[in-house]
Amino acid sequence: MTAELKKERPMGRIVTITSGKGGVGKTTSSAAIGAALAKRGLKTVVIDFDVGLRNLDMIMGCERRVVFDFINVIQGDAKLKQALIRDKRLDTLYVLPTSQTRDKDSLTLEGVEAVLEELRGEFDYILCDSPAGIERGAQLAMHFADEAVVVTNPEVSSVRDSDRVLGLLNSRTKRAETEGAEPVKAQVLLTRYDAARVGKGEMMTVEDVLEILAVPLLGIVPESQAVLKASNVGMPVVLDAPSAAGAAYEDAVSRLLGEEVEMRLAGERRPGIFQRLFGRGA
Amino acid sequence: MRLGSLWPRKASTAQTAKERLQILLAHERAGRVADNLPALQRDIIEVIGRHLKIDSEAIDIRMEQGRDYSSLEINIEFPAASEPKAPSRR
Ligand SMILES: Nc1ncnc2c1ncn2[C@@H]1O[C@H](COP(=O)(O)OP(=O)(O)OP(=O)(O)O)[C@@H](O)[C@H]1O
Ligand SMILES: [Mg+2]
Repeated sequence: MTAELKKERPMGRIVTITSGKGGVGKTTSSAAIGAALAKRGLKTVVIDFDVGLRNLDMIMGCERRVVFDFINVIQGDAKLKQALIRDKRLDTLYVLPTSQTRDKDSLTLEGVEAVLEELRGEFDYILCDSPAGIERGAQLAMHFADEAVVVTNPEVSSVRDSDRVLGLLNSRTKRAETEGAEPVKAQVLLTRYDAARVGKGEMMTVEDVLEILAVPLLGIVPESQAVLKASNVGMPVVLDAPSAAGAAYEDAVSRLLGEEVEMRLAGERRPGIFQRLFGRGA
Repeated sequence: MRLGSLWPRKASTAQTAKERLQILLAHERAGRVADNLPALQRDIIEVIGRHLKIDSEAIDIRMEQGRDYSSLEINIEFPAASEPKAPSRR
């Protein structure tokens, strides 16, 4: 038994990809981060928590292979391994699709917990692609999280909603409710960042957003045509042709794994202010 | 005149997106195959279970939906030395 211990994998980490505001890039980010983790050999599953509005399967290109879903598993109609879809490109990447026909009430706290516990034993990373909003669906997607990626666009309503979500992460999660537990580790992923508009003073800067939200920065994903193209063909952007957005997600994943990577924008190295102010080593 | 003839049709990613959606939505609109799959699975287990000793977890159903046809792949694992057992209803 003791000899076996070394081989045993540590329990997987649960990371919620959340935002409050809709359409900011949660599903795009879930697919990209999931694929980037899997590329590094980490066994990763991405769960679609957006019950009734299944979309992760499309973005990950497995929409024609959905048999059973998360809700079937929760309701005991299918076993977890029957519902998991293995990616055709990366054998360490899996998708747990959600139901297209049920509603959010089909998710129960106990059901979600049971599925996540089972996945923890099998996977290194469990990503929860949250629905928009701060209601039940979003709260269930964050409840058991160890970490959170708060996807934020540099515009007022997105930043405001991210702030609400950060509040919920600190108060309405299992970690928040457990005496003595570390809080959920939350980091901001700034997406759809348009350097030209920031330059013209039309869009808030990274510094502006971080000053308001006061949590660490996981990465900056530029507004990029590569994202739409990748979604057209069902390819997570990090698996598609090299792009600034893909590189930004790769960097974000390095940071998620605790590596120190300089903040850069649109493929250009940009030492200087970001590094000094927000670099993890600073 | 078809609109398509005004612009050359290349194998663009937008065209791929359209085709993926057409196939998916055709299946989704046609009626919910997927909703019946748990029942299908239960029935298969029951029928096979009358003849072979199988575990309800040993069934694996995979699907691939296509434009012209879809395929359903059903794998059932059972112990090699399985003996036929008396009919049973579960
Ligand atoms: N970096 C980017 N550059 C350009 N477009 C992007 C980028 N990130 C996301 N998008 C686009 O924004 C739209 C919304 O993205 P996505 O579906 O990932 O958001 P979401 O937060 O999951 O939405 P919802 O709240 O509805 O679940 C999509 O059309 C996507 O292609
Ligand atoms: Mg989404």
